[in-house]
Amino acid sequence: MADIPARARGDARVPTVIADGVHVVHTVRTGARRGGAAAALSRLLRGGGPAPGAHRVHAVKGVTFTAYRGEAIGLIGSNGSGKSTLLRAVAGLQPLTRGTVHALGRPSLLGVNAALMNDLTGERNVVLGGLAMGMSREEVRRRYQDIVDFSGIDERGDFTSLPMRTYSSGMAARLRFSIAAAVDHEVLMIDEALATGDAAFQRRSQARIEELRERAGTVFLVSHAIGTVRDTCDRALWLEAGTLRMDGPAAEVCEAYERSVRGG
Amino acid sequence: MTPATTAPAAAPTPAERAAAHGLTLSGARPPLPRYVRLLWERRHFVTAYGTARTRATYSTARLGGLWQLATPLLNAAVYYAVFGVVMRQSHGVPDYLPFLLTGVFVWDFIGSTVNAGTRAVHANLGLVRALHFPRASLPLAAVVQHFQQLLVSLGALLALLTALGRPPRARWLLAVPALLLAALFCTGCALAMARIGSRIPDTAQLMPFVLRTWMYASGVMWSIGHVVGQGHLPHWAGAALAANPAAVYIDLVRHALVDGSAAQPLPPHAWALAAAWAVAAAAGGFVWFWRAEEEYGRG
Repeated sequence: MADIPARARGDARVPTVIADGVHVVHTVRTGARRGGAAAALSRLLRGGGPAPGAHRVHAVKGVTFTAYRGEAIGLIGSNGSGKSTLLRAVAGLQPLTRGTVHALGRPSLLGVNAALMNDLTGERNVVLGGLAMGMSREEVRRRYQDIVDFSGIDERGDFTSLPMRTYSSGMAARLRFSIAAAVDHEVLMIDEALATGDAAFQRRSQARIEELRERAGTVFLVSHAIGTVRDTCDRALWLEAGTLRMDGPAAEVCEAYERSVRGG
Repeated sequence: MTPATTAPAAAPTPAERAAAHGLTLSGARPPLPRYVRLLWERRHFVTAYGTARTRATYSTARLGGLWQLATPLLNAAVYYAVFGVVMRQSHGVPDYLPFLLTGVFVWDFIGSTVNAGTRAVHANLGLVRALHFPRASLPLAAVVQHFQQLLVSLGALLALLTALGRPPRARWLLAVPALLLAALFCTGCALAMARIGSRIPDTAQLMPFVLRTWMYASGVMWSIGHVVGQGHLPHWAGAALAANPAAVYIDLVRHALVDGSAAQPLPPHAWALAAAWAVAAAAGGFVWFWRAEEEYGRG
């Protein structure tokens, strides 16, 4: 990732993500997705187009916000409120039905399910992940131990030399976060990755998020753990049924959200 | 995109603010020259990933990397038993053993590259969704992986030839440009198939049949020149068989390595045909893959 221009430092109001009227409509195929041969054939013939009887789900309905340098923004909302879809849209991984997302550089999205290379060892994953993100071989060699130490996966045995498929989901998530957090991202989005780590790892990753923010990046965090959002973020977006219900300081938004959840 | 130069009296539109601060449309595809540059910056990733895949293939086997050598040889032994001994395809084909081995190894490279290319993007969705890198790195890594396998197999073949009492010849060097052209052709095919495979995952189930048909049409265990020479095929069929890119590359490598094949003249324009297939496939496949760059990892 490119260095942040010096003039940008210290100016808190430099936008990094401008989302304008974002709409996302999913087409969800119901019925036997992995059905018999006839279903597979008809899928093939249709070329993956919408199936008859496919459901259209309006997941994000006109969300507009601007994120600035140095912000850590929590996304909260109940299951299915469109949080993850919105993050994928910002990352450019989800086609928008309407609206635009402009972003600085290429936003990186870290999801719980984003496996890296499962049949390769943790060590290979660190090296390859670093190279894929554009580090040089020398840089990867230099940062390798830091990444492994940060993830803490070697604390209980030599796990870096085992294939990643043997990892627990928490270990895999920690390693993925450590790899992605090793470079400075202008915009880093984390989807529930922290919830899977233990207390020590959560402390380390909160510190790392703080560091990324100080280097004038923007961090988005999707979490069901309101406590994590409150501790880590300074701003929160509350999504409900695909619309932006509230946008403001994390403490206020979290409180309003909790009140609404308790109130039923 | 609206340039930010028009001094707005009213509040700037989101696009104008974005342009003013150097923000770009998220998920937009980089222009082709920039894409090539990005890909070049990731060359270490491509080679490291290809190598890592080679290692991972045999990591669960007890004999490990030995299988990299044993698999192609066992494969060739089966073909030799069936086509050389039982069906007597060797009749009239001089030097049938090296002829067959060359065909099997070069075909293995072409077939596995196309097959791996089909799965390259689809099987790596996690990686594609987690990190940003030019997606063409993945099919390219598949080519690197199978090219390494090809070099091991051909190394075994050359060792065998020497053991059979054929001294190394200067002509063997002609295999190098032939293999490079084949690799270029495979790169184009892998890129094109990666795009198709990412859109329609079912393609991966179909590929074994397509590839088997292609293999039998490519003269891997029989001599196309020999069969066409018997004259029971219509002229166009013979021409189509001989123009098949897999057959062209196999022919060129045989001509370089196998004494019996080198004794017979190469078909006219063989090198021109090999170069044309390579350039057309590589350029076409690359541009076609790039045109869907922003769509990989979606869905």
